[in-house]
Amino acid sequence: MAKTKNKRPDGRKPSEMRKIEMEAGVIPNAVGSARFKIGDTEAIVGVYGPRELHPRKIRLADQGLLQCNYDLMSFSVSDRKRPGPSRRDRELSLVSSNALSNLVFLDKYPTQVIDVFIQIPQADAGTRCAGICAASLALADAGIPMKGLAGSISAGAIGDTVVLDLTKEEEDWADGATDIPLTYSPKTGFITHLQLDGEISKKNLFKAIDMGVKAAEKIVDMQEKTLKEKYKGGAVE
Amino acid sequence: MTKNGILLEERSVVIPGETLAKGMDYLPGHGTHRVKEEVRSSLIGLLDVKGSVLKIIPLKGVYIPKEGDKVIGQVTEISHNSWNIEINAPLTGNMYIAEASKSYIESDADLSRYYDVGDYVYAEVISVGRDNFSKLRMKNRMFKKLEPGLIIKVSPVKVPRLIGKRGSMVKTLKEKTNCSLIVGQNGLIWVKGKKREDELLAAKAIKYVERNAHLSGLTEAVKQKIGEWKNGKNKK
Repeated sequence: MAKTKNKRPDGRKPSEMRKIEMEAGVIPNAVGSARFKIGDTEAIVGVYGPRELHPRKIRLADQGLLQCNYDLMSFSVSDRKRPGPSRRDRELSLVSSNALSNLVFLDKYPTQVIDVFIQIPQADAGTRCAGICAASLALADAGIPMKGLAGSISAGAIGDTVVLDLTKEEEDWADGATDIPLTYSPKTGFITHLQLDGEISKKNLFKAIDMGVKAAEKIVDMQEKTLKEKYKGGAVE
Repeated sequence: MTKNGILLEERSVVIPGETLAKGMDYLPGHGTHRVKEEVRSSLIGLLDVKGSVLKIIPLKGVYIPKEGDKVIGQVTEISHNSWNIEINAPLTGNMYIAEASKSYIESDADLSRYYDVGDYVYAEVISVGRDNFSKLRMKNRMFKKLEPGLIIKVSPVKVPRLIGKRGSMVKTLKEKTNCSLIVGQNGLIWVKGKKREDELLAAKAIKYVERNAHLSGLTEAVKQKIGEWKNGKNKK
């Protein structure tokens, strides 16, 4: 597979995201919910709570707990994934919780829990980012007080080219690809989550983070538009 | 850039993180927070300006108990001196024996004789702890055990519309459907009519109000709708 200069396997430019679709309020029984699709990766999130936290011993006396539950469905990848939480799933649940906890006013709900269930029905790289984007939208949709919305995207490098939003094909590139998923909230100005998988030069790392932050801002803009559209005139469902 | 004051019109839809006003002239009320010189929204809702206080009327969310709220709940557990009452809030409410009735209850009495597990009661929130744990009271003539009827659940943020201005909506619903109706501020509504059809009509009307809570002139619309539904049934 030959890589022409500045062209990627699917014809995108290096700093171009895949096509994004999003929607709030997709699960009637949840307090808030959202669907987020980027390219072939899709996430559906349901938010429940604030509600009582069990078991009692993990309750926090001074603030609430935001508990994410990341689940890659067994049919979402080409090799069937064994159902149930794997080590990777548990890791990503924790990463998502940490990325979002900073944005929610948890001190209003001491001892209680806000449950965020992230389901990935279709995966083509960047599932944790899609999950966090959907979760941010769903939390806002659930009427939970937040400092602002968050956008999440993976930047990275293929060979020496810094690229945005890698697909599975690009991640598995023979020359070695680097993947940097990050979450950024423009309202607080914090990068609440940053991971690095692979090798990258210092110069390219900063370039990639910069690219990711700009893309996250764009995603937040889209989220805000989606919410405003849904609640236009105060209409709900 | 340094322009101060409210940036948005009253009643406009806001989303978390949106800047509502700049400068120190405005105070952050319910559903808002201050970041340096800005007042920002923390909720999805409609902007409400009360003098210099900005607050958000939420459009979504669970019921968070407030002192003085009158709620409908279901008894879930009886201990030797109190009842646990599920009130559709994050934490289950509790009612102590001394607050339970106008009459005196002996300390070793069988509490299920007063309110048994599964009974619905109409009660008042007397205090809310820091963790939203609520204590309830029924020590007033207006609070009572609810006889079997229809319990309807609506979104708690829609309850003010269901009550209407000075109870106008509740009054309309009662008159038009011939049902007795109690609206709990936690989003539970108890309906009791002489006929089953009346109760179902009331349920239909309540769901209609919930769906169209954002419209103005809702009381008139509901009157008309109930009339239509009644006529439609008679024709058949």
